[in-house]
Amino acid sequence: MKKDIILAGVGGQGILSIAAIIGYAALEDGLHLKQAEVHGMSQRGGDVQSHLRISDKEIASDLIAYSSADMIISVEPMESLRYLPFLKHDGWIITNTKPFINIVNYPDEAKVLAEIKKQPHNVAIDAETIASDLGSAKAANMVILGAASPYLDIDFEKLKNAIKAIFGKKGQDVVDLNINALESGRKFAQQSKQ
Amino acid sequence: MQKLLLLGDEAIAQGAIDAGISGIYAYPGTPSTEITEYVHASKEAKQKGIVASWTANEKTSAEAALGMSYAGKRAMVCMKHVGLNVAADPFINSSVTGANGGLIFVVADDPSMHSSQNEQDSRFFGKFAMIPILEPSNQQEAYDMVHYGFDLSEKFKIPVMLRITTRLAHSRSGVVRKPSREQNQNKLPENLRQFVLLPAIARKQYKDLLNNQPAFEKDSHNSGYNKYIDGKDKSMGIIACGLAYNYLMENYPDRVVPYPVLKLSQYPTPTELIRKIYNECDKILVLEDGYPIVEELLKGALSLGKEIKGRLDGSVPRDGELNPTIVAKALGMKVPDVKPIPELVAGRPPSLCKGCPHIDSFVALNEALEKWAKGRVFSDIGCYTLSALPPYESINTCVDMGASITMAKGAADAGMFPAVAVIGDSTFTHSGITGLLDAVNDKSNITVIILDNATTGMTGGQPSAALDKIEAICKGVGVEEDHIRVLKPLKKHHEENLAIMKEELEYNGVSVIIPRRECIQTLNKRMREKFKEKAKN
Ligand SMILES: Cc1ncc(C[n+]2csc(CCOP(=O)(O)OP(=O)(O)O)c2C)c(N)n1
Ligand code: SF4
Repeated sequence: MKKDIILAGVGGQGILSIAAIIGYAALEDGLHLKQAEVHGMSQRGGDVQSHLRISDKEIASDLIAYSSADMIISVEPMESLRYLPFLKHDGWIITNTKPFINIVNYPDEAKVLAEIKKQPHNVAIDAETIASDLGSAKAANMVILGAASPYLDIDFEKLKNAIKAIFGKKGQDVVDLNINALESGRKFAQQSKQ
Repeated sequence: MQKLLLLGDEAIAQGAIDAGISGIYAYPGTPSTEITEYVHASKEAKQKGIVASWTANEKTSAEAALGMSYAGKRAMVCMKHVGLNVAADPFINSSVTGANGGLIFVVADDPSMHSSQNEQDSRFFGKFAMIPILEPSNQQEAYDMVHYGFDLSEKFKIPVMLRITTRLAHSRSGVVRKPSREQNQNKLPENLRQFVLLPAIARKQYKDLLNNQPAFEKDSHNSGYNKYIDGKDKSMGIIACGLAYNYLMENYPDRVVPYPVLKLSQYPTPTELIRKIYNECDKILVLEDGYPIVEELLKGALSLGKEIKGRLDGSVPRDGELNPTIVAKALGMKVPDVKPIPELVAGRPPSLCKGCPHIDSFVALNEALEKWAKGRVFSDIGCYTLSALPPYESINTCVDMGASITMAKGAADAGMFPAVAVIGDSTFTHSGITGLLDAVNDKSNITVIILDNATTGMTGGQPSAALDKIEAICKGVGVEEDHIRVLKPLKKHHEENLAIMKEELEYNGVSVIIPRRECIQTLNKRMREKFKEKAKN
C-alpha cells in the first residue's frame, strides 16, 4: 500500500488537522508516514501545502515527485489547481468549493469550478454548507476528509477512531460533530461516484 | 521503544533532552524555531530543570551556550542560517577556544528561501570554523546525531555544527528514542586559560584546532554516517549529501541504485571514501542541498580531472532546494509530462492578518509621507515587511535585522529628508538599539517607528525581549523624552496618530514613534486559553 497525498489550502485554514487524522489512522494501521509541512511566512494567508506520504514500506523522500500524487485534497478550490503538476494523470482531486478570497485578482468562481470538473477524477463539495447544517462550519475540513476517504485505502473505522482520539479532549459534542461531518462527506463522494 | 511522530526540528529537541543537555538558547527564525519551542513545551525538560531561553539575538544565544559549556554542561544553540551571520563572532572564536561541556550549534538553512532573505549554506561556515559538521538525511538521524554530536564535542573538546534544511526541519516522520542520559555536573575547564584568546594563547589553541583536523576526518570516515554503497555500473558514481540521499533513493523503488553511492552526512569530507568513488567511477554526480560545496571541492578550480556533474554544469539547477524530480533528471531518467497549472490560478502571497495593528500604522505613515516623493522608508524584518506588497507598498528596504535604523541614518547623513526607519519590537532589541545610539550620538535627522505588537510575530508569536522596555531603552540611549511618542494604532485614532507622525517627521533630530497594540494572533490565542481555563474551573 502506498498513498501520496497533497493537502492544499490557505495559511490559517488548518489543512494540518486533516493530515493529523490521516496520520493517526495510518500509524494505527502500522504504516510508515512522512509529512512535509509549511511553517513560517506563508502561514500569513499565503498558499500552503503539505506532502503527506503513507506506505507499508519505508519512505525515502519527504517530498512527492511531480506527476506521482494519488490525490490532491484541498480546502479551497483555486488552491486545488495550483498543485496539478504533482498529480498522477489518473489521480483524484477532492476539493471544497467555497473560495477563500483574500486577493484582489481572485479568478471567476465558475471558471475555477469548470477547471476542477475538467479533471477526470474529481469530487467538488460545498463542505462549509454541509458542516454548517450539521452544527458548525468549523467541521468543514472533516467533510472534505470524508469525501476523500473512499480513495484513501485506510479503514474508515480507523479514521473515526482517529477523530475520537484527537478531538476527544474537546468533548463528546465536538467528536460527534466531526464524525458526522466525516460521514456526510463520504456519503457525498459515494453518491457522486454513481 | 515506541515511535514518536516528530518534525525534524522536534526530533533534534527530543534528542537534546534525551542526550542530557542542561540548556538550549535561541532567537526564533524559520525553519529553526520549533526546536526551542518543543523544549519549552516539554514537561520532561521542565522536570529535568533544562534552561530553555529565547535570547535577544543569536549572538547572545551562542555566548550563553558557550558559557554553559565552559561550566562543564551540555548546551545547544539554535538559529536560522542568517542568524549565524549575527553569531559569527562567537561561532568562529569558539572553534579556537574549544568547548568544555558538549556544545552543538544547530543551524537551519532555507534553500529556495521559503521564509528568508537568502539561501546561504552554513556548511561553508562550519568549514570556515574548521569544526565537525553533521548533516542528517532524515528525522531519525537528526535525533541520533544529537547524541553523537555531544559525544564528538566532548571527545575533541570542540563545538559541533548540526546543519539541517527547511525540508527536514518541517517534515514529520517516526523517530525511535534512545534511553535518556544524565546531565553533566559542573566542571571547570582543566586549563583555566583555554577560553582566554589572548594572542599567545590563541596561537596555541589554533594550532590544536589545526592538529585535530585529521582526527575529525578520521571520525567522518569511521562514524557510520558516511557510507560507501557499491553498485555494478561504474559509469557514474553519486555523492549524496544529507537529505539528497532520500531523493536519490526515491527514484529507485526497490532502493537499489545501480551506481556506487557515497552517502555523506558528516564533514570534514572523508578523503579516502571520496578517493574510492572517484577512482572507481568514470564520472561523479554530486547531489547537495545548498551551495555546490562538495562539487567545487571535487572539481577544483581548473576541472582537470574526471567529469563532475552537479549544480555547476547544469545537471542540477544552480539555486533552490532539491526534490525527487530534479534528482531524476540529473540521473538521466525520463520524467513524465506534468499536468499544467491552469492559467487562471492567481498568486497568493502572504499578507498582514485582518485586524493587524501594523495595518493602521502603515495607513497613517503613508498619509503622513504623502507630500514627499516615495522611497524614504527603511524597513526591517518581520510581519511588517509584508507592507512592501500592495495595497500598502509602504517600505523600500529589508536587508538584515536592525538595518532599518542604521540605513536611515546613513541616508539622512547623505542629506535625504525625511529618512524613516520602521522596525518591530523584537527586531529592535535584536539589533536596533546600537544603531539608535549611533543616530543619537551623531544627532542624525531620522524618524524611527518601533512597531510594538508585544511579540515576535513573524515566527509564530514568541515572547519579545523588548516587552515593557522600549521607552526606557530609547531614553537610556539618549533620545529626547519629548520625541518618544507612543500611539495606539486603531482606525478611530487615525487623525491623532497622523498628526503625531507629521510632527515627528518634521522634527530635526532623532525621534521615536511607538505604535503599540498587541498582535491579533497572540491576542486571540491568549483569549482562547483564558476561555479554556475558565471552562475548566
Ligand atoms: C538574523 C535573523 N534572525 C532571525 C530572523 C527571522 N525573523 C525574521 S522576522 C522575525 C521576527 C520579527 O519580530 P518583530 O520585529 O517583533 O516583528 P513582527 O513580526 O512581530 O511584526 C524573525 C525572528 C532573521 N530574518 N534574521
Ligand atoms: S501575526 Fe500578528 S503581527 Fe503578524 S500579521 Fe498577523 S496580526 Fe500582524
